[in-house]
Amino acid sequence: MTAIARAGIGGLTAGTVVLFAALAFSQEAPRLTGPDPAMENVPAPPLARPITDDRRKARNYPEQPPVIPHSIEGYQLTLNTNRCLECHRREFVEASGAPMISVTHFMDRDFQVLADVAPRRYFCLQCHVPQTDARPLVENEFTDMSATTAE
Amino acid sequence: MKRLWSLIREYWEVIRRPSAYFSLGFLTLGGFIFGVIFWGGFNTALEVTNTEKFCISCHEMRENVYQELTRTVHFTNRSGVRATCPDCHVPHEWTHKIARKMQASKEVWGKIFGTINTRQKFLDHRLELAKHEWARLKANDSLECRNCHSTIAMDFTRQSRRAAEIHERYLVSGERTCIDCHKGIAHELPDMTGIEPGWQAPTDLRAAPKDQQTSADPLMRHTLSRFLANR
Repeated sequence: MTAIARAGIGGLTAGTVVLFAALAFSQEAPRLTGPDPAMENVPAPPLARPITDDRRKARNYPEQPPVIPHSIEGYQLTLNTNRCLECHRREFVEASGAPMISVTHFMDRDFQVLADVAPRRYFCLQCHVPQTDARPLVENEFTDMSATTAE
Repeated sequence: MKRLWSLIREYWEVIRRPSAYFSLGFLTLGGFIFGVIFWGGFNTALEVTNTEKFCISCHEMRENVYQELTRTVHFTNRSGVRATCPDCHVPHEWTHKIARKMQASKEVWGKIFGTINTRQKFLDHRLELAKHEWARLKANDSLECRNCHSTIAMDFTRQSRRAAEIHERYLVSGERTCIDCHKGIAHELPDMTGIEPGWQAPTDLRAAPKDQQTSADPLMRHTLSRFLANR
């Protein structure tokens, strides 16, 4: 047996050991979604309550789409109608008191500024989401960047 | 025309003469009893047409608007109160109910001739149908809403600040009525292009009158549907 072949077998064995160890370890990790075993029927957890205190939340970083601080239950957002824009459109903010959609929402992908909200920005909930009081499944270790730079 | 007139005259001659065969007692008592039966039967039949079961016995209602209702808060909610079709679409008071029922004879026509007998036809007519209903509720100051929701019983402190402010400004002052803002609470909305929410844009920002309107909305809708089609 040549030295190269021996090294090859050694490498293979080591690889297999590492693979099995990884498999065994991954089985010990807690499942984040669904019941364990996966096909089990379990009672559904109670729905989390939406946060509807109407207070604007600071963004965690400048580009974060602001979260929705009010209930949007039953709001229709379809090709026919956009309930969000009934308050947040430029023309209506004076009467509704809602913050206006940002100027970036008027630009198409070529940065052409349009008269109204750009089609690619029409479906608000693609970026802006309401919050609930749900307990996070994993601990959040996010640090605000101003806190990081202050250190 | 002349023959019709003579026929009417003939019947009138018969009716205006006193009866020669039936006693006065029979006629008055019989008239009373038949009256009661007729009136009872009429109202019972009217009430039958005033049930959810009757409404959704037609597929036009069952497959379109009823399915949409089942997903809203007026169908299921935490306190288990349910509004059925007639609760919102038929006035509860007798005179107005009869008036609405007479209007509804148009709906019988629509049913017979299949005006909205497919989903596509229904969607094509949705804006028109919705506009009728908005106009009706606007004219009667959202009467059907107020059968359950009254301003006097509203606790503004239990509403969100935003809702309380708007209700105080528009509802209490009587400047607006429920339907002005709460459109599409129980059904999906038609194409809302050009239909303002309850609050209006300041006058100088409003779109020009309909005939010379070059609002961004139709353009917007066009680009949006193209945008979606291209994906």
